[in-house]
Amino acid sequence: MTSPVVQIDGLWSVFRSAARTHVIHQDLNLSISQGELVSLVGGSGSGKTLLLRQMLGLATPTRGRVQVLGQPASQLGREGAASRIGMLFQHGALFSSFDVLDNIAFALRELRTLPAGLIRDVAMVKLQMVGLDPSAAHKMPSDLSGGMIKRVALARALIMDPPLLLLDEPTAGLDPGSADDFCALLRSLHHELHLTVVMVTHDLDTLLELSTRIAVVADKHIIISGTAANVMAYRHPFIEEFFLGERGRRASALLQAAVPSPLTTNH
Amino acid sequence: MPDLTPTLLVQSGHDGLCARLGGCWSAARLAVPATWAVLERALSGAAVNASETAAVWSWDLSALQRLDHTGAQLLWNAWGHRWPRQLVLQSHHRAMLERVARYTTPAPPPAPTLWVDGVRRIGQNLWLLLDHAHAMLRLLGQLLLDITTLARAPQKGPWRDVSGHLYRIGATALPVTALVGFMIGMVLAYLIARQLRQYGANTFIVTILGVALIREIGPILAAILIAGRSGSAMTAQIGVMRVTEELDAMRVMGIAKGFRLVLPRTMAMTIAMPLVAVWTTMAALLGGVWAADTVLGITPSHFFATLPAVVSAGNLWLALCKSLAFGVAIALIACHYGLRVRPDTDSLGRGTTASVVTSITMVLLMDAGFAVIFKNIGL
Repeated sequence: MTSPVVQIDGLWSVFRSAARTHVIHQDLNLSISQGELVSLVGGSGSGKTLLLRQMLGLATPTRGRVQVLGQPASQLGREGAASRIGMLFQHGALFSSFDVLDNIAFALRELRTLPAGLIRDVAMVKLQMVGLDPSAAHKMPSDLSGGMIKRVALARALIMDPPLLLLDEPTAGLDPGSADDFCALLRSLHHELHLTVVMVTHDLDTLLELSTRIAVVADKHIIISGTAANVMAYRHPFIEEFFLGERGRRASALLQAAVPSPLTTNH
Repeated sequence: MPDLTPTLLVQSGHDGLCARLGGCWSAARLAVPATWAVLERALSGAAVNASETAAVWSWDLSALQRLDHTGAQLLWNAWGHRWPRQLVLQSHHRAMLERVARYTTPAPPPAPTLWVDGVRRIGQNLWLLLDHAHAMLRLLGQLLLDITTLARAPQKGPWRDVSGHLYRIGATALPVTALVGFMIGMVLAYLIARQLRQYGANTFIVTILGVALIREIGPILAAILIAGRSGSAMTAQIGVMRVTEELDAMRVMGIAKGFRLVLPRTMAMTIAMPLVAVWTTMAALLGGVWAADTVLGITPSHFFATLPAVVSAGNLWLALCKSLAFGVAIALIACHYGLRVRPDTDSLGRGTTASVVTSITMVLLMDAGFAVIFKNIGL
């Protein structure tokens, strides 16, 4: 039994303002093991993105412990963090003054040891691994489409082959074709690179296609985590709204052709 | 805990040299300077070079702890982009190497720079200058139109914005302008007083300080401080609105940016500028009076009694008019550069810099113009 990649125990996130106290997470527990692709699902404002930021050490929890790769999340930001954890931000967060190749190669260059030729070669490999054409290497971020920005950002997150990858809304803002391509890419990378992936998404197709486990954040903690079938069988207003509402039924019906629907197997 | 340092060991096997790899061939481990120095030498010795003189016959990767893309690329480059004749390795390491082999391509060369580009850039800059002038003219024209709109229906004006900007540009600038004004006035008076004392022309300090501070230094100092403080803030604020698409949102809602953004800022700046200038002048005079009292023994009561007699009120009116013009110029330039920001971080920085530099230069040019045109007033 290997130790979990992400371990969150008794997490409390409380924001205090002069007017009132706002509790986001109340005694939240979550454990993610190596090789899992866990999706965090929850309503707007339920603190999914905050949870990702806490795993990255960008936000400090009020109380509780967030351990990532066996060390406190607050320690992650030290030198060489790119080799431990990769993050795909919702809008890519590319450095707008660098071209595509420099964006991807940035973390490797900052090590200041490896020769420029090798770094360029590795960056070119990553560029093509995420499905971009080599000719895109010298484009500037402002010349890229939304889908390309996501791909470049993914290549940048993966430059040092971190064992853990965090994704914030990976398919938001992509057209269905690009979103499908991006899903397929994420799945193949997850498989080939033996990554552990934590993903926040509202997109049911992405969710059902990629996740090995779904964790539902509602009522300030994780109400259930398990396979799609388990989660859908759980009775909770949010889950009924999310999966069994009109949009959810449509997505499940579309998926029925590919995989037997958890809804029918449960009845 | 096994040793994770990447190693390369060349041994002689039964059919030639054999390279054995060990440890963790990942970017972070390879980049340790001491390790890299050793490995680089070992690799260049072990590599198959282009002339087909195979130095190493077989490669044994079976003991590798970890191989990432950087390590795989390093090996692939060392092998001269060819598979070695004999290779022992784990299946997932093979997959990694195969992926690197499939995707290794030289980076496309960056666009070459030609001498024509230099000539073209001159033309582009000239065009840009015309473009700036044109945009400024439009902004000024739009402002005049907006003012007539406002005059026709004053109750519809963005008054809350005006008062907010007035507070931020004017009230919050008072401490810093007072401090800087006092210091400049004091230093100036001290230096002048020492010269005047040599000629026994002590009383002239009132005239010199009065004219210099009221007519020139007060308005200029206030304008430069406000341009650096509030002009840059205006450019950055409007620029970020462009980056976050707030400007587009306003446009879609049919809200004129001239009326809602440029007009209140320009109005607030135009009102605040003369007031801040007078305030700065007063602080500078106080500094001057204090220095004159200390160095020359000219008492404050004497100073302020003689001041109205030797410095005519025309100087004050001229200073107020100048400040008004400076205020309009700074606000328009700040808004102009803010509206030209393109949605990237680089552009925002350049826009803010250009805004401050242009407005300060403009203030000084306008001041020179005022000095020439109104040379007969107040002197």
